Amino acid sequence: MSGASSRPTGRRRDQLIALGWLVVVWNLLWGHFSPANVLTGLLVGGSVLLFFPLPPVSFGGRLRPRALLVLAGTFVVELVSASIHVAAIAVRPRFRPRGAIIGVPLRVRTDLNLALTAELLSLVPGTLIVEVDREAGVLYVHVLDVRSPADISGSRERILAVEERIVRAVGSEAELRQLLTEPTEAP
Amino acid sequence: MSVGTVVDWLAAVALVSGALLSLAAGIGVLRFPDVLDRMHAATKPQVLGVLLLLVGLALRLRTAADLGMIMLVGVFQLATAPVAAQMIGRAAYRSGRVDRSLLDVDELAGHQPDPAGPRPQRADSRSGDGGSQAEGGDPRSGDGGQRE
Repeated sequence: MSGASSRPTGRRRDQLIALGWLVVVWNLLWGHFSPANVLTGLLVGGSVLLFFPLPPVSFGGRLRPRALLVLAGTFVVELVSASIHVAAIAVRPRFRPRGAIIGVPLRVRTDLNLALTAELLSLVPGTLIVEVDREAGVLYVHVLDVRSPADISGSRERILAVEERIVRAVGSEAELRQLLTEPTEAP
Repeated sequence: MSVGTVVDWLAAVALVSGALLSLAAGIGVLRFPDVLDRMHAATKPQVLGVLLLLVGLALRLRTAADLGMIMLVGVFQLATAPVAAQMIGRAAYRSGRVDRSLLDVDELAGHQPDPAGPRPQRADSRSGDGGSQAEGGDPRSGDGGQRE
Protein backbone atom coordinates (compact mmCIF):
# COMPACT_ATOMS: atom_id res chain seq x y z
CA MET A 1 0.00 0.00 0.00
CA SER A 2 2.79 2.40 0.92
CA GLY A 3 4.48 1.81 -2.44
CA ALA A 4 1.35 2.61 -4.44
CA SER A 5 0.59 5.82 -2.63
CA SER A 6 2.75 8.82 -3.41
CA ARG A 7 1.22 10.86 -0.57
CA PRO A 8 1.12 8.68 2.55
CA THR A 9 -0.33 11.49 4.65
CA GLY A 10 -3.31 11.90 2.28
CA ARG A 11 -3.85 8.14 2.26
CA ARG A 12 -3.65 8.03 6.06
CA ARG A 13 -6.16 10.88 6.29
CA ASP A 14 -8.62 9.09 3.96
CA GLN A 15 -8.36 5.93 6.08
CA LEU A 16 -8.96 7.85 9.31
CA ILE A 17 -12.09 9.44 7.83
CA ALA A 18 -13.28 6.00 6.66
CA LEU A 19 -12.62 4.58 10.15
CA GLY A 20 -14.67 7.37 11.71
CA TRP A 21 -17.63 6.60 9.42
CA LEU A 22 -17.37 2.86 10.09
CA VAL A 23 -17.48 3.50 13.86
CA VAL A 24 -20.59 5.67 13.39
CA VAL A 25 -22.25 2.95 11.25
CA TRP A 26 -21.36 0.28 13.83
CA ASN A 27 -22.94 2.31 16.64
CA LEU A 28 -26.06 3.00 14.57
CA LEU A 29 -26.39 -0.72 13.89
CA TRP A 30 -26.36 -1.39 17.65
CA GLY A 31 -28.92 1.34 18.16
CA HIS A 32 -26.98 3.56 20.56
CA PHE A 33 -23.58 5.15 21.17
CA SER A 34 -21.66 3.77 24.15
CA PRO A 35 -17.96 3.48 25.04
CA ALA A 36 -18.07 -0.29 24.48
CA ASN A 37 -19.69 0.17 21.06
CA VAL A 38 -17.10 2.78 20.07
CA LEU A 39 -14.29 0.44 21.15
CA THR A 40 -15.62 -2.61 19.27
CA GLY A 41 -16.44 -0.29 16.34
CA LEU A 42 -12.79 0.81 16.23
CA LEU A 43 -11.69 -2.86 16.25
CA VAL A 44 -14.16 -3.96 13.56
CA GLY A 45 -13.63 -0.84 11.41
CA GLY A 46 -9.85 -1.18 11.74
CA SER A 47 -9.89 -4.80 10.61
CA VAL A 48 -12.27 -3.97 7.73
CA LEU A 49 -9.83 -1.30 6.49
CA LEU A 50 -6.90 -3.67 7.01
CA PHE A 51 -8.33 -6.74 5.26
CA PHE A 52 -10.56 -5.04 2.64
CA PRO A 53 -8.57 -1.96 1.64
CA LEU A 54 -10.21 0.44 -0.82
CA PRO A 55 -8.42 1.46 -3.97
CA PRO A 56 -7.09 4.96 -3.28
CA VAL A 57 -9.89 7.29 -4.38
CA SER A 58 -8.99 10.57 -2.78
CA PHE A 59 -11.33 13.50 -2.53
CA GLY A 60 -9.59 16.47 -4.10
CA GLY A 61 -12.50 18.84 -4.51
CA ARG A 62 -14.43 20.89 -2.02
CA LEU A 63 -18.03 20.82 -0.85
CA ARG A 64 -20.28 23.66 -1.96
CA PRO A 65 -23.43 23.71 0.23
CA ARG A 66 -25.68 25.52 -2.27
CA ALA A 67 -24.73 23.23 -5.17
CA LEU A 68 -25.14 20.21 -2.86
CA LEU A 69 -28.69 21.35 -2.08
CA VAL A 70 -29.42 21.76 -5.80
CA LEU A 71 -27.98 18.26 -6.42
CA ALA A 72 -30.06 16.69 -3.62
CA GLY A 73 -33.27 18.54 -4.52
CA THR A 74 -33.03 17.74 -8.24
CA PHE A 75 -32.21 14.13 -7.35
CA VAL A 76 -35.35 13.71 -5.24
CA VAL A 77 -37.56 15.24 -7.97
CA GLU A 78 -35.94 13.06 -10.66
CA LEU A 79 -36.15 9.89 -8.53
CA VAL A 80 -39.89 10.44 -8.05
CA SER A 81 -40.55 11.12 -11.75
CA ALA A 82 -38.32 8.17 -12.77
CA SER A 83 -40.22 5.84 -10.45
CA ILE A 84 -43.61 6.98 -11.73
CA HIS A 85 -42.36 6.67 -15.33
CA VAL A 86 -41.13 3.08 -14.88
CA ALA A 87 -44.16 2.09 -12.78
CA ALA A 88 -46.50 3.45 -15.49
CA ILE A 89 -44.70 1.44 -18.20
CA ALA A 90 -44.82 -1.66 -15.99
CA VAL A 91 -48.58 -1.64 -15.60
CA ARG A 92 -49.51 -0.46 -19.14
CA PRO A 93 -51.15 -3.39 -20.94
CA ARG A 94 -49.64 -4.80 -24.16
CA PHE A 95 -46.68 -2.40 -24.26
CA ARG A 96 -43.16 -3.49 -25.12
CA PRO A 97 -40.74 -0.62 -24.49
CA ARG A 98 -37.89 -0.06 -26.98
CA GLY A 99 -34.42 0.52 -25.58
CA ALA A 100 -30.99 1.77 -26.61
CA ILE A 101 -27.44 1.61 -25.30
CA ILE A 102 -25.51 4.86 -25.72
CA GLY A 103 -21.94 5.80 -24.83
CA VAL A 104 -21.56 9.11 -23.05
CA PRO A 105 -18.03 10.51 -22.62
CA LEU A 106 -17.77 12.47 -19.38
CA ARG A 107 -15.86 15.72 -19.23
CA VAL A 108 -14.25 15.10 -15.81
CA ARG A 109 -12.60 11.65 -15.92
CA THR A 110 -11.69 11.08 -12.27
CA ASP A 111 -12.69 7.77 -10.67
CA LEU A 112 -14.80 9.59 -8.09
CA ASN A 113 -16.78 11.50 -10.72
CA LEU A 114 -17.28 8.38 -12.86
CA ALA A 115 -18.56 6.41 -9.86
CA LEU A 116 -20.87 9.14 -8.57
CA THR A 117 -22.32 9.91 -12.01
CA ALA A 118 -22.83 6.20 -12.77
CA GLU A 119 -24.55 5.74 -9.44
CA LEU A 120 -26.87 8.75 -9.70
CA LEU A 121 -27.86 8.37 -13.34
CA SER A 122 -29.23 4.88 -12.59
CA LEU A 123 -31.81 6.57 -10.36
CA VAL A 124 -32.92 9.38 -12.71
CA PRO A 125 -35.51 8.98 -15.48
CA GLY A 126 -34.84 6.61 -18.34
CA THR A 127 -31.17 5.76 -17.80
CA LEU A 128 -29.30 2.79 -16.29
CA ILE A 129 -25.54 2.24 -16.21
CA VAL A 130 -24.39 -0.92 -18.03
CA GLU A 131 -20.66 -0.60 -18.56
CA VAL A 132 -17.84 1.78 -17.61
CA ASP A 133 -14.76 2.40 -19.75
CA ARG A 134 -12.47 3.77 -17.10
CA GLU A 135 -9.50 4.90 -19.23
CA ALA A 136 -11.60 6.69 -21.82
CA GLY A 137 -14.02 8.03 -19.19
CA VAL A 138 -17.03 6.77 -21.12
CA LEU A 139 -20.22 5.53 -19.45
CA TYR A 140 -22.35 3.09 -21.45
CA VAL A 141 -25.95 3.65 -20.48
CA HIS A 142 -29.16 1.77 -21.26
CA VAL A 143 -32.09 4.03 -22.09
CA LEU A 144 -35.60 2.73 -21.43
CA ASP A 145 -38.66 3.64 -23.51
CA VAL A 146 -37.02 5.11 -26.63
CA ARG A 147 -39.56 6.37 -29.19
CA SER A 148 -37.53 8.76 -31.33
CA PRO A 149 -33.90 9.88 -31.84
CA ALA A 150 -34.82 12.93 -29.75
CA ASP A 151 -35.24 10.67 -26.71
CA ILE A 152 -31.65 9.47 -27.11
CA SER A 153 -30.13 12.94 -27.42
CA GLY A 154 -32.33 14.03 -24.52
CA SER A 155 -30.89 11.25 -22.35
CA ARG A 156 -27.36 12.26 -23.35
CA GLU A 157 -28.04 15.82 -22.22
CA ARG A 158 -29.64 14.61 -18.99
CA ILE A 159 -26.57 12.50 -18.12
CA LEU A 160 -24.23 15.42 -18.76
CA ALA A 161 -26.51 17.58 -16.59
CA VAL A 162 -26.16 15.02 -13.76
CA GLU A 163 -22.37 15.17 -14.16
CA GLU A 164 -22.43 18.97 -14.12
CA ARG A 165 -24.47 19.08 -10.90
CA ILE A 166 -22.08 16.60 -9.21
CA VAL A 167 -18.95 18.55 -10.23
CA ARG A 168 -20.55 21.82 -9.14
CA ALA A 169 -21.34 20.24 -5.74
CA VAL A 170 -18.11 18.35 -4.93
CA GLY A 171 -15.56 19.01 -7.70
CA SER A 172 -12.37 21.07 -7.48
CA GLU A 173 -11.97 24.45 -9.23
CA ALA A 174 -9.88 22.81 -11.99
CA GLU A 175 -12.61 20.22 -12.62
CA LEU A 176 -15.22 22.95 -12.77
CA ARG A 177 -13.19 24.81 -15.42
CA GLN A 178 -12.75 21.54 -17.33
CA LEU A 179 -16.52 21.08 -17.25
CA LEU A 180 -17.19 24.49 -18.75
CA THR A 181 -14.53 24.39 -21.48
CA GLU A 182 -14.52 20.76 -22.66
CA PRO A 183 -16.72 20.13 -25.70
CA THR A 184 -19.21 17.27 -25.56
CA GLU A 185 -19.41 14.89 -28.47
CA ALA A 186 -20.65 11.41 -29.24
CA PRO A 187 -17.91 8.73 -29.28
CA MET B 1 -56.75 17.73 14.77
CA SER B 2 -53.60 17.17 16.82
CA VAL B 3 -50.08 17.08 15.42
CA GLY B 4 -49.90 13.36 16.20
CA THR B 5 -52.89 12.62 13.97
CA VAL B 6 -51.41 14.60 11.08
CA VAL B 7 -48.10 12.75 11.40
CA ASP B 8 -49.93 9.41 11.55
CA TRP B 9 -51.81 10.26 8.34
CA LEU B 10 -48.57 11.32 6.63
CA ALA B 11 -47.02 8.03 7.72
CA ALA B 12 -50.01 6.12 6.34
CA VAL B 13 -49.76 7.90 2.97
CA ALA B 14 -46.00 7.20 2.80
CA LEU B 15 -46.46 3.53 3.71
CA VAL B 16 -49.24 2.93 1.17
CA SER B 17 -47.54 4.76 -1.71
CA GLY B 18 -44.25 3.00 -0.90
CA ALA B 19 -45.99 -0.36 -0.98
CA LEU B 20 -47.72 0.49 -4.30
CA LEU B 21 -44.40 1.53 -5.89
CA SER B 22 -42.79 -1.71 -4.69
CA LEU B 23 -45.71 -3.61 -6.22
CA ALA B 24 -45.24 -1.74 -9.52
CA ALA B 25 -41.52 -2.59 -9.39
CA GLY B 26 -42.40 -6.26 -8.91
CA ILE B 27 -44.84 -6.17 -11.83
CA GLY B 28 -42.15 -4.49 -13.96
CA VAL B 29 -39.57 -7.15 -13.12
CA LEU B 30 -42.10 -9.83 -14.14
CA ARG B 31 -43.47 -8.17 -17.28
CA PHE B 32 -40.54 -6.40 -18.94
CA PRO B 33 -39.17 -8.33 -21.90
CA ASP B 34 -35.44 -8.01 -21.23
CA VAL B 35 -32.85 -8.06 -18.40
CA LEU B 36 -31.89 -4.41 -18.87
CA ASP B 37 -35.53 -3.24 -18.82
CA ARG B 38 -36.06 -5.29 -15.68
CA MET B 39 -33.10 -3.62 -13.99
CA HIS B 40 -34.83 -0.25 -14.53
CA ALA B 41 -37.78 -1.59 -12.53
CA ALA B 42 -35.44 -3.03 -9.89
CA THR B 43 -33.73 0.32 -9.30
CA LYS B 44 -36.02 3.35 -9.56
CA PRO B 45 -39.50 2.43 -8.26
CA GLN B 46 -37.98 -0.16 -5.93
CA VAL B 47 -35.58 2.30 -4.28
CA LEU B 48 -38.21 5.03 -3.94
CA GLY B 49 -40.71 2.46 -2.63
CA VAL B 50 -38.31 1.36 0.10
CA LEU B 51 -37.44 4.97 0.95
CA LEU B 52 -41.15 5.86 1.29
CA LEU B 53 -41.74 2.81 3.50
CA LEU B 54 -38.80 3.93 5.66
CA VAL B 55 -40.19 7.48 5.90
CA GLY B 56 -43.55 6.03 6.95
CA LEU B 57 -41.84 3.85 9.55
CA ALA B 58 -39.79 6.76 10.88
CA LEU B 59 -42.94 8.89 11.26
CA ARG B 60 -44.65 6.10 13.20
CA LEU B 61 -41.76 4.96 15.43
CA ARG B 62 -40.17 8.35 16.34
CA THR B 63 -37.37 6.95 18.53
CA ALA B 64 -33.69 7.80 18.11
CA ALA B 65 -32.43 4.21 17.88
CA ASP B 66 -34.95 3.31 15.16
CA LEU B 67 -34.25 6.51 13.23
CA GLY B 68 -30.53 5.67 13.12
CA MET B 69 -31.22 2.20 11.76
CA ILE B 70 -33.77 3.51 9.23
CA MET B 71 -31.25 6.08 7.99
CA LEU B 72 -28.63 3.34 7.54
CA VAL B 73 -31.05 1.17 5.55
CA GLY B 74 -31.92 4.14 3.33
CA VAL B 75 -28.30 5.12 2.70
CA PHE B 76 -27.21 1.56 1.87
CA GLN B 77 -30.25 1.11 -0.35
CA LEU B 78 -29.35 4.24 -2.34
CA ALA B 79 -25.69 3.25 -2.53
CA THR B 80 -26.05 -0.43 -3.45
CA ALA B 81 -29.16 -0.74 -5.67
CA PRO B 82 -27.58 0.95 -8.74
CA VAL B 83 -24.34 -1.01 -8.26
CA ALA B 84 -26.21 -4.32 -8.06
CA ALA B 85 -28.27 -3.41 -11.14
CA GLN B 86 -25.12 -2.46 -13.06
CA MET B 87 -23.39 -5.73 -12.11
CA ILE B 88 -26.37 -7.78 -13.34
CA GLY B 89 -26.83 -5.69 -16.50
CA ARG B 90 -23.13 -5.87 -17.33
CA ALA B 91 -22.98 -9.62 -16.77
CA ALA B 92 -26.06 -10.07 -18.98
CA TYR B 93 -24.57 -7.92 -21.75
CA ARG B 94 -21.16 -9.61 -21.63
CA SER B 95 -22.66 -13.08 -21.77
CA GLY B 96 -24.89 -12.09 -24.70
CA ARG B 97 -28.18 -12.45 -22.89
CA VAL B 98 -29.44 -9.03 -23.96
CA ASP B 99 -32.13 -9.09 -26.67
CA ARG B 100 -30.63 -6.93 -29.45
CA SER B 101 -33.94 -6.75 -31.32
CA LEU B 102 -35.28 -4.51 -28.55
CA LEU B 103 -32.43 -2.00 -28.93
CA ASP B 104 -32.68 0.90 -31.38
CA VAL B 105 -29.02 1.89 -30.91
CA ASP B 106 -26.12 -0.07 -29.39
CA GLU B 107 -22.98 2.05 -29.11
CA LEU B 108 -21.37 -0.50 -26.79
CA ALA B 109 -21.30 -3.17 -29.53
CA GLY B 110 -17.87 -2.26 -30.96
CA HIS B 111 -16.26 -1.44 -27.61
CA GLN B 112 -17.05 -4.66 -25.84
CA PRO B 113 -14.62 -7.45 -24.97
CA ASP B 114 -15.63 -10.64 -26.80
CA PRO B 115 -18.10 -12.55 -24.58
CA ALA B 116 -16.49 -15.88 -25.55
CA GLY B 117 -12.97 -14.83 -24.59
CA PRO B 118 -12.33 -11.40 -23.16
CA ARG B 119 -9.05 -9.91 -24.32
CA PRO B 120 -6.79 -9.97 -21.27
CA GLN B 121 -5.58 -6.36 -21.34
CA ARG B 122 -9.13 -5.00 -21.49
CA ALA B 123 -10.35 -7.43 -18.85
CA ASP B 124 -7.55 -6.36 -16.51
CA SER B 125 -8.18 -2.68 -16.86
CA ARG B 126 -11.88 -3.08 -16.31
CA SER B 127 -11.77 -5.46 -13.37
CA GLY B 128 -12.16 -2.71 -10.80
CA ASP B 129 -14.34 -0.09 -12.42
CA GLY B 130 -15.99 2.95 -10.92
CA GLY B 131 -19.30 1.39 -9.96
CA SER B 132 -17.84 -1.03 -7.49
CA GLN B 133 -15.48 1.48 -5.94
CA ALA B 134 -18.17 3.63 -4.42
CA GLU B 135 -18.39 1.52 -1.29
CA GLY B 136 -16.38 -1.57 -2.16
CA GLY B 137 -14.51 -1.59 1.15
CA ASP B 138 -17.51 -2.14 3.37
CA PRO B 139 -18.59 -5.77 3.52
CA ARG B 140 -21.96 -4.81 4.99
CA SER B 141 -22.86 -2.82 1.88
CA GLY B 142 -23.52 -6.09 0.08
CA ASP B 143 -26.21 -6.98 2.62
CA GLY B 144 -27.96 -3.67 2.00
CA GLY B 145 -28.51 -4.55 -1.64
CA GLN B 146 -29.81 -8.01 -0.90
CA ARG B 147 -32.27 -6.95 1.74
CA GLU B 148 -35.14 -6.78 -0.74
